[in-house]
Amino acid sequence: MGSLFILLLLLLFVAAATPVAHWLGVDPYETDLLSQYAPPSPEHPLGTDDAGRDELVRLMLGGQISLLVGVLSTLVGTVIGLTIGVVSGYFGKRLDAVLMRFTDGMIALPLLPLLIVLGALDLTKLGFSAQFAHSGAAGFWRVVVIVALVDWTGIARLTRAATLALRERDYVRAARVSGGRAGYIMTAHILPNVATPLIVAVTLTVGRVILFESVLSFLGFGIVAPTPSWGNMLNNAQELVTTAPALAIYPGLLIFVTVIAVNFLGDGLQHAFDPRSER
Amino acid sequence: MKRFLLARTGQAALVLLVMSFVIYSLIGLMPGDPIDIMIASNPGATPEVVAHLRAIYGLDQPIVLRYAHWLFAALHGDFGYSRTHSQPVMVVLLPALWQTCKLMLTSFILSVALAFLLGVLAALKPGGILDAIVSLFAFAGISVPVFWLALVFILIFAVTLHALPASGISTVGDGGFVDQARHLILPVTTLALANTGQFTRFVRAAMIETLRMDHVRTARAKGAGEGRIVLIHALRNAMIPVVTVMALSFGGLFSGALITETMFAQPGMGKMIYDAILGNDFNLALTGLLFATLVTLISNLLADLAYGWLDPRISL
Repeated sequence: MGSLFILLLLLLFVAAATPVAHWLGVDPYETDLLSQYAPPSPEHPLGTDDAGRDELVRLMLGGQISLLVGVLSTLVGTVIGLTIGVVSGYFGKRLDAVLMRFTDGMIALPLLPLLIVLGALDLTKLGFSAQFAHSGAAGFWRVVVIVALVDWTGIARLTRAATLALRERDYVRAARVSGGRAGYIMTAHILPNVATPLIVAVTLTVGRVILFESVLSFLGFGIVAPTPSWGNMLNNAQELVTTAPALAIYPGLLIFVTVIAVNFLGDGLQHAFDPRSER
Repeated sequence: MKRFLLARTGQAALVLLVMSFVIYSLIGLMPGDPIDIMIASNPGATPEVVAHLRAIYGLDQPIVLRYAHWLFAALHGDFGYSRTHSQPVMVVLLPALWQTCKLMLTSFILSVALAFLLGVLAALKPGGILDAIVSLFAFAGISVPVFWLALVFILIFAVTLHALPASGISTVGDGGFVDQARHLILPVTTLALANTGQFTRFVRAAMIETLRMDHVRTARAKGAGEGRIVLIHALRNAMIPVVTVMALSFGGLFSGALITETMFAQPGMGKMIYDAILGNDFNLALTGLLFATLVTLISNLLADLAYGWLDPRISL
C-alpha cells in the first residue's frame, strides 16, 4: 500500500507542473543564460539548470513525459505480447513453434545496443515526412514504439502458457463445437481469463520501460530537448557533477523512487493473487 | 547430449544469421550513408559524381544483394574498415572485446558471490529483519537507473572524496596493475550492484524452497549441524535453478556494460558501439552489435549445458 501512496504522490507532483509554473511565474522552456545554475531561491525553489530554466518545474514536466512513456509503451508492448502469445497458444503446432522460436531469439538479444540503433534510425528513410521526423512528437512516439518492440517477450510467454491451459477447458471446447470462430473464442473466452496472471507482469514492465526510456534519453537517443524527461535532464551529467551536483541527483532520484514503487506494487499484487507465493 | 548440442548450436547460428540481416538493414536506415559522408567535405561534388561513387561502392544495388556481398566477405573474416579509427574493424574490436570481458566477468563474479551471501542469509529466516533489509536492497538494485548510480559514485568517490579515478583505464605514465585495478573499481562496483538485486532474489527464493524439502528435514532429524544443512544439503540443490538463471542473464550484462563503459570512459565494446553509432561508423557498429549478440547466444548455450551438468536427472 505504501508504494501506491508514493505513486499517487508522484502523480500529483508531475500533474502540478503547469499550476506551479504559473504560480512561480516561470517559463520552463525559456532559456536565460545569465542565470545559469542559479542556487535555490524563492523564485526557483530548486535553482536553475544549465540553460537557466527552473529545475523544479522541469522535473515535474519531465516526469509527465517519463511516466507517459512508461504507461503507453507498456500498453503497446502488452498488445504485441498478448497477440503473439494467444495466437501461439491457441493454434499450437507449426505456428506456435515458429512464434516461440522468434520470441526466444528476441530474448537472446542485447537489448540496449539494439534500442540505440532503433533510436538512431532516420525516420525519413522509413517514409515519414521530414517535418514529422524532426518534430518533438516523433521523438516521443519513437521511444514508445521501439521500447515496446523489444519488451513484449515476457508477456507473450505468460499469455501462451495461460492460453495452453485455457484452450482445453470445457467452456472453450463448448464454444468451439457450437461453431465459434477462432478470433471470437480468443477475444471473448481466453483473453479475459489471461488478465489476472498478466497484471503483475505488466506492472513490472512499466518499471523496466521507465528505466529504458531514461537511459535512452540520457544517451541522446530518446526524448530530445527542449522537451524535458528525467533521462535527458542528466544529458550533461559530466558537467553537472562538478558545477551543480544537486542537479545530477534530482532526476535520477525521481526515476529510482518511481521504479522502486512500481516494483513493490508488482510484488504486492503477486502476493495478493497468489498467497502461496514466497514473501 | 551430442544431438542437443548440435541442435542448439544450429539454432544459435540461425538466430545470428537472421540478426545479421536485421542489423544490416537497420544500419542502412540510419541517417546518411558512406557517400554522404565522403562528399560532405567536398562541396564541388556534382550529382553525376555522387551517382558514380554510389555505383562504384555498390550502394545503388538492392539491400539483399549488398547484404549477400557483406556476408560473403564476413564469412571470410573481412568485416571492413572502421571509418572513425581508420583501421580494420577487427583491430579495433578485439581489444575492446577483451576490455569488456574483464569488466563483465569481474562484476559478474562479484555480484554472484554477494547474491549467494545475501540470499542465503535472508532465506534463513524469511520475514525477519535481515530478510527485510536484503529485500529492500534487492529491490533497490533492480530499480536503480545504472547510469545514475554511476553518476552518484563519481560524485561521491571521485569528485568529493578524490579517492578513486572517475574515468579511463589507467593513468598516463603509470599503468601498473594497481593503477589499472583502481580504475576498474567504480565501473565494476556499479555494474555488479545493478545485477546483485536480481540475483539475490533468485537465490533467496530457491533457498526458501529447498529448505522446506523433505531431505532437509531428514538431515535435521538425524542431527546434522545447521551450517552443514544450509551449505551442503540445501545450497547445493538450490544452486540448480539459480546458476541457470544467472548464466542466462550474463548476456544481459552487456546492456549494463554499455552504460558503465560510457559513464566511466572505458574503451570497451559497449562504448565502442555507442561511439560508432554516434559517429556513423557503419562497419564498426554492425560488427560490434553482431559480436554482442554472439556473446549473449554463447552464454545462453552455456546456461543450458550447466543445467544438465548440475541436475543429472535432466538428460539433454
